[in-house]
Amino acid sequence: MKKLMQALIAVLLVAFGLLYAVDHLNASSGQTAGNTLTVYNWGDYIDAELIDRFEEETGIKVIYETFDSNEAMMTKIEQGGTTYDVAVPSEYMIEKMREQDLLYPIDHSRLPNLMYIDERFMDLPFDPGNRYSIPYFWGTVGILYNTDKVKSEITAWNDLWKPEFRNDILMIDGAREVIGMGLNSLGYSLNDTNEKHLQEAKAKLDTLTPNIKAIVGDEIRMLMENDEAAIGLVWSGTASELMWKKDNLEYVVPEEGSNLWFDNMVIPKTAKNIEAAYSFINFMLDPEVAAQNTEYVGYSTPNKKALELMPEDIVKDERFYPSADMTARLEVYENLGPEMLAHYNELFLKFKMHRK
Amino acid sequence: MQANNRTFYWIPYVLWIALFVVAPLLLIVYYSFFDLNGNFTFANYQNFFTPVYLTMALSSFWYAFLITFFCLIIAYPAAYFITHSKYKQLLLLLIILPSWVNLLLKAYAFLGIFSTYGAANSLLETVGIGARQILFTDFSFVFVSVYIFIPFMILPIFNALDKLNPALIYASRDLGASFWATFLKVIFPLTSSGVKAGVQAVFIPALSLFMMTRLIAGNRVITLGTAIEQHFLVTQDWGMGATIAVFLILIMIVMMIVTGTRKKGVL
Repeated sequence: MKKLMQALIAVLLVAFGLLYAVDHLNASSGQTAGNTLTVYNWGDYIDAELIDRFEEETGIKVIYETFDSNEAMMTKIEQGGTTYDVAVPSEYMIEKMREQDLLYPIDHSRLPNLMYIDERFMDLPFDPGNRYSIPYFWGTVGILYNTDKVKSEITAWNDLWKPEFRNDILMIDGAREVIGMGLNSLGYSLNDTNEKHLQEAKAKLDTLTPNIKAIVGDEIRMLMENDEAAIGLVWSGTASELMWKKDNLEYVVPEEGSNLWFDNMVIPKTAKNIEAAYSFINFMLDPEVAAQNTEYVGYSTPNKKALELMPEDIVKDERFYPSADMTARLEVYENLGPEMLAHYNELFLKFKMHRK
Repeated sequence: MQANNRTFYWIPYVLWIALFVVAPLLLIVYYSFFDLNGNFTFANYQNFFTPVYLTMALSSFWYAFLITFFCLIIAYPAAYFITHSKYKQLLLLLIILPSWVNLLLKAYAFLGIFSTYGAANSLLETVGIGARQILFTDFSFVFVSVYIFIPFMILPIFNALDKLNPALIYASRDLGASFWATFLKVIFPLTSSGVKAGVQAVFIPALSLFMMTRLIAGNRVITLGTAIEQHFLVTQDWGMGATIAVFLILIMIVMMIVTGTRKKGVL
């Protein structure tokens, strides 16, 4: 019993000691417990240096948390356990959050840097007049392939069905992406809700099973980097980041069409430090900051002024800044409603269970 | 006075059980009766008895069985060896040590080891068998799961074996029983409580593994755990997710009854 007490006291002492040390460290870097900002963003979606810079410039301490799907993010915001001040959902999710009254309207007069954003990315159907969201990044979904392993050129979704790619394709673990690809490969819209078309798409995807090596999450970056598979279905930013590291990778937006998406910054109703949220959004809109962030993250920036500051070979690259002609073939995800989303997911689950 | 004291000691326990065990369970059952729009329904239960979820339940069961089976085959001899070793405590510590490392970290390590150009394949290459796909197969899934769960199987078996009175074994051998007869009639029956505890500790969590199915099996193995994760996080169909959880709990209760109440020596 005495020993137990001694152990207990020792643990408490260490715990309080550490707590004091953390507090001391924070205080010495000019941060107080009161002024914190909680940012909720996708994994690996910001240059961490910029967070440090923001903290230095404003004295606001940033708590940075990440999510790996829009739905997971929304679930946590709905529950309201954590005081997220800024979040970065995609377009269809912004629409859904707006409908459910989870967002604060944004006062444009408090964001002077908003003028640098390209008109093309403002006032889109998912958020007319940008009342609730401010553009952060945009991009596409496409095929990343290893030119050492893939001898023929890949231009379309339908190329993936070639028998030579047996057991060599990695897919991303997302129902909209995968079912959407099935629909696109048949020439249907990726927002299709026609039951016959959906069943056709599922049946077509089943025939792709022998070629699929695995259906994974963010690990796809590491796996593609280590040459684990010849082909990966990825978001454009993942592709550009990897192509920057490795010369033998190539990215293509399939000719049948694909997904065009936007990730925007919002202030969810869980926000406590709205003042800080505005400073953060404005900071991220600064052309120089946006340029640095874009070069780090690899997605496409909606910031016109930032593009001028960036190297020409990035900005002129049509794979990541597609031409108007190409953009016409791309579609934005629509919010299909919970029933349809559940149906998409059930089809996806059945597809996953389809064995080789 | 003493009676008062006793009730006082019960308070933390009762509060804990009520708040963190009973209340969540009731909530799960409650949610399982609602559809996407919050209307009361039995449809989730009907939905569970469709081929999709039944196959999923069967496959969860099958993989959990495989994992438990291999754990047991490896753990029993290992525990036996440890109890008869001079360095009991050290060996036991070595077995427990890996369980202090975060599960995801271990999974990521195996992603590297089993990858096409990883350590496992270079070994196969040098031995002359040649590289093959290890990652994203049933083998890798079961292997990594067994690796993760094995301490939970070894510990209870070790405890049971350690408590076994060696005089009983000597007596059995003296009376002419062979090694196998001694094992089957004396050692194993007397340590079956440890085996049962180990089986429970492995089988039940193995039923609802979900991160492993994506990281190590590349979603080529789909268990009920995967489906629950998807319903709660992606489709937000909490009703269906809760329904699957209810069935998982039922399966677990059945497991507890089957492995728990058998009388001693029946085997």
